[in-house]
Amino acid sequence: MADEQFALEARGITKVFGNHIALDGVNFGLRAGEVHALLGENGAGKSTLIKILTGVYQATEGQVVAEGTPITLDNPQHAQRYGIGTVYQEVNLLPNRSVAENLFLGHQPTRFGLVDRRKMERESRAVLQRYGLDLDPSSELGAHSVAVQQIVAIARAVELSGKVLILDEPTASLDRNEVERLFEIIRDLKARGLAVVFITHFLDQVFAVSDRVTILRNGKLIETRPLEGTTRTDVVRLMLGKDVAFSGATGVEDERAVGEVLLDFRDYGKKRSIHPFNLTIHKGEVVGVAGLLGSGRTEMARIMFGADAADEGSVVFRGKPIKINRPTDAIAHGFGFLPEDRKVEGIFGDLSVRENIVIALQGKLGWFSALNRDEQLEIAGRFGESMDIRAASLDMPIKLLSGGNQQKVILSRWLATDPTFLILDEPTRGIDVGAHAEIVRTINRLRDEGLALVVISSELDEVVAYSTRIVVMRDREMVAELTGENINPGVIVQAIANHREGPPA
Amino acid sequence: MMRRALSRLANPQLLALAGVLLINWILFPNFFRITWQDGRLFGSLIDVLNRGAPVAILAIGMAGVIATKGVDLSVGAIMAVAGAVAATLVVAGYPAPVAVLAALAVGLLCGLWNGFLVAVLDIQPIIATLVLMVAGRGIAQLITEGFIITFNDPVLVFIGTGSFLGFPMAAVIALVLMVLVTLLVRRTAIGLFIEAVGVNRAAASLAGIRSRMLLFLVYGLSGLCAAVAGIIVAGDIRGADANNAGLWLELDAILAVVIGGTSLLGGRFSVPLAVVGALIIQAMNTGILVSGFPPEFNLIVKAALILLVLIIQSPLATRIVPVRVAAPEARK
Amino acid sequence: MNIIAKLALAAGLTTALSAGALAQDLSGKVIGFSQIGSESGWRAAETAVTRQEAEERGVDLKFADAQQKQENQIKAIRGFIAQGVDAILVAPVVATGWDDVLAEAKEAEIPVVLLDRGVDAPEDLYLTSVASDQVEEGRVAGQWLVDEVGSEDCNVVELQGTVGSTPAINRKQGFEEAIASASNITISQSQTGDFTRAKGKEVMEAFLKSSNNGADICAVYAHNDDMAVGAIQAIKDAGLKPGSDIKVVSIDAVPDIFSAIAAGEANATVELTPNMAGPAFDALAAYWADGTEPEKFIITESKLYTAEDDPQGEYERRKDLGY
Repeated sequence: MADEQFALEARGITKVFGNHIALDGVNFGLRAGEVHALLGENGAGKSTLIKILTGVYQATEGQVVAEGTPITLDNPQHAQRYGIGTVYQEVNLLPNRSVAENLFLGHQPTRFGLVDRRKMERESRAVLQRYGLDLDPSSELGAHSVAVQQIVAIARAVELSGKVLILDEPTASLDRNEVERLFEIIRDLKARGLAVVFITHFLDQVFAVSDRVTILRNGKLIETRPLEGTTRTDVVRLMLGKDVAFSGATGVEDERAVGEVLLDFRDYGKKRSIHPFNLTIHKGEVVGVAGLLGSGRTEMARIMFGADAADEGSVVFRGKPIKINRPTDAIAHGFGFLPEDRKVEGIFGDLSVRENIVIALQGKLGWFSALNRDEQLEIAGRFGESMDIRAASLDMPIKLLSGGNQQKVILSRWLATDPTFLILDEPTRGIDVGAHAEIVRTINRLRDEGLALVVISSELDEVVAYSTRIVVMRDREMVAELTGENINPGVIVQAIANHREGPPA
Repeated sequence: MMRRALSRLANPQLLALAGVLLINWILFPNFFRITWQDGRLFGSLIDVLNRGAPVAILAIGMAGVIATKGVDLSVGAIMAVAGAVAATLVVAGYPAPVAVLAALAVGLLCGLWNGFLVAVLDIQPIIATLVLMVAGRGIAQLITEGFIITFNDPVLVFIGTGSFLGFPMAAVIALVLMVLVTLLVRRTAIGLFIEAVGVNRAAASLAGIRSRMLLFLVYGLSGLCAAVAGIIVAGDIRGADANNAGLWLELDAILAVVIGGTSLLGGRFSVPLAVVGALIIQAMNTGILVSGFPPEFNLIVKAALILLVLIIQSPLATRIVPVRVAAPEARK
Repeated sequence: MNIIAKLALAAGLTTALSAGALAQDLSGKVIGFSQIGSESGWRAAETAVTRQEAEERGVDLKFADAQQKQENQIKAIRGFIAQGVDAILVAPVVATGWDDVLAEAKEAEIPVVLLDRGVDAPEDLYLTSVASDQVEEGRVAGQWLVDEVGSEDCNVVELQGTVGSTPAINRKQGFEEAIASASNITISQSQTGDFTRAKGKEVMEAFLKSSNNGADICAVYAHNDDMAVGAIQAIKDAGLKPGSDIKVVSIDAVPDIFSAIAAGEANATVELTPNMAGPAFDALAAYWADGTEPEKFIITESKLYTAEDDPQGEYERRKDLGY
């Protein structure tokens, strides 16, 4: 491997932010004339790696090598000079300028020091034709569809750079036909000898267009392998890190006696977000939710809590129909929600640990039944102890705590409201081992105390260990519900991958 | 106990106020002289309290608004409207209490209108309140028909120029409002909710806080405070001056809140410290007036002093000179 | 010399006019008036007086409020030209940018008279301009004080208008000229009160504190009456008697200062007459009658009013003019 000359190569890249290791000794080699898929869940390190390869970040350790020569990339313009171009999910061109101007922005052909518009448009027409676009180069870019804009962005990147093209989720906002058209262009570029990096979370698309795949997890390189001879199940297993995948480890010992029905979601869904699903939740059970990023797992959690309003279906709570249009509706019935993005939707960074713990309870009590300082301290102290929250003082701002302790605070926030039903979206992502164990322990304890929980997690070992039932999400749809001995990482992986060898969906 | 009291006095706002007063004293040795005259206290220091009261009252309302990550540019114009309403009514023969209540109601209504634009229509606060900032003065001019409406109603004049236990009425009103609003936000959960919404509105919504009601409350309160200030200013000059009442005072109020330690990005706020911020600004104004600088230097001197105060409070300065006795450690 | 000549002429005109005796009949004439807006009480009074003067002469006055915008004024003037009015009065909001529209009026042979402010445009583009002499206003106020105090020593505190504004600069200059010869009168303190009552009061309060609680102040000179009204309140609050302990002289002659003079709380004010239209109409009448070209700059009188000039009567006469 080391002898092979790559068009672009990352050698032993480590990137550290503060005390967080985003990438840990990653090797990545890109051949000319291949499409190379880069896969991994949130926080796996994909975007950090891309930013290092395009000069946005500089590696803490390791080297970027272009055609055998180590190079230093100080900024994206620098990367362009080495032939590396990038197209992002959001087209970042100028929608109110012409197509031709967008193609040639920054390096327009000039005559006597002035932009030679006619030459620019003539060349643009030729370039666009190579990408199968027959449109007027003088037309405004914004007037065209996102797909066309995306192709213009690709054309610009290729014309500017010409050796390596990095596509960061280019298909996210395209429909099926547009995706197919984009793939033709990618295949054509590959035939022309370009090296293409393709980032997406749609597995179908990976298999449709890629030659090789590199999988990252938690900042580490898991594997780079040809797609030929690789099944989707293999890929999912590698992404979710199931070395024990087929160990046959099943979930909660046996058919656990679950309590009475607490909640019943019927044909519950939201257009453009999540297909209608049916889910019955009992007291004393943990429903695990498995699925890849973008599978609709978070969307499902959000409409169950009213963070987004469902536009179809019904909910029955303790035998009575209820409406959940906003979080306060859900909270009034004893729901709690721990969101996936702790920093953006979970913590109040500048407020104290104490205030972060009591806020939901206080919200339930209303404006005028204020908990006084002593009561707040008592509640915060109780949870601080039982959840083992490590903070120098309950009055220090929560933003100074580690991620794991912040997560424990948010869980405490909901426990303080004496909930009946908790929705936890990736409760253990990106936190240290100790906090991780504490949270898993808490989930088990709450289940045994008779709470109902829905837990979304990409840690299959973990989900399998505490769930009484598992639902699998794919393409914004609930595709499988697993019980009994099917609560098993192997089965889950197959259900996520929708592989023919898997169980019925 | 003693140490705690001392450490509380060591906060940067009070130090800045002391500093400005000290400079005034150096420039004008009689600055601290207070005499008793005609049943009231009389002196430059009393002037600072009296003249600072309108901005302090605006700052009391503004603090909550800024804590929610908003801003209220319309308070100066609301002052003009409230003054115009009160003056027009007493001149038309209505009893003073009716005029005062009507002016307060109009101020509250203006504030709720801002709240509606921000909370329901989701318009950015700076734009939403700009609407009333521009239109409000026009409304005030319509009410007064362009005149300065003068009056001699004893109640309104007392509100503007009277005294209570020797202290100027305006300062007494500001103090009472400060205590009431502080109790309102700190003895209930409102203060916590305001800060939560300001720090992270998404998280607040997920934690079950109805931010809409809260925004109505803070903008309504700000409008009400502006109306109080408007009545005081009108009573002070015995006339409603639609063109000039409250002109640019919204900026002084914002500055007072910022000097009081509330970030324009929302979050932690303190009503009393915002009032201290207003007093710092007024101490500068009065200092400039008694010091005898030529008026051409007023704005430059004021800008330089404000810059100095902000630098004293900046994180950099607190790192170099650890003024703030670290609170969490003091607790242990 | 020239100015004094003009002044005499203008004084003669205005005195005659205020008596209302010599108002020529201009019935049948249509005259357009482009007013700046209504940003101050004086401006509102000017509009009211202009209407009054037009009515007395039977003029059909077309009024256009520009709301402080030059573009609105230009639009209004073009409208007047299109309507074929007989003459146009303009109170220009700014000094520059008038050449084109004035040339259009000249081409249409419609005489234009500028009111209360001048413009930077060739003099042949307009018939005349009617304005007050702000320096003279300050001079008249200063002269009154010189006559009033005689040989006694007198420390004056000055409440300036908005820093850098033309009336503030001119009124300060005129007052200083008038007291230059009297070595017993000195300006001890001078600050801006922004032409407002509230600031006038606040600044006066500070002056009182820094002048031994007012004992060292003999008189206050305010660049406008509003600031004087504010200062009077501050003097009263300090336990002193405005008008006797501290003399008060100011400029503008708005109604409220007359009630203060009547109450003995103010001593003198210099009139900035809102009647700019009267002289303008007279100049137009003479021009139409026999083609008399008026002076290019007609200066209105800066009349002094004191307690001897029937302040209560002046108040009654003015209170409904819109001040």
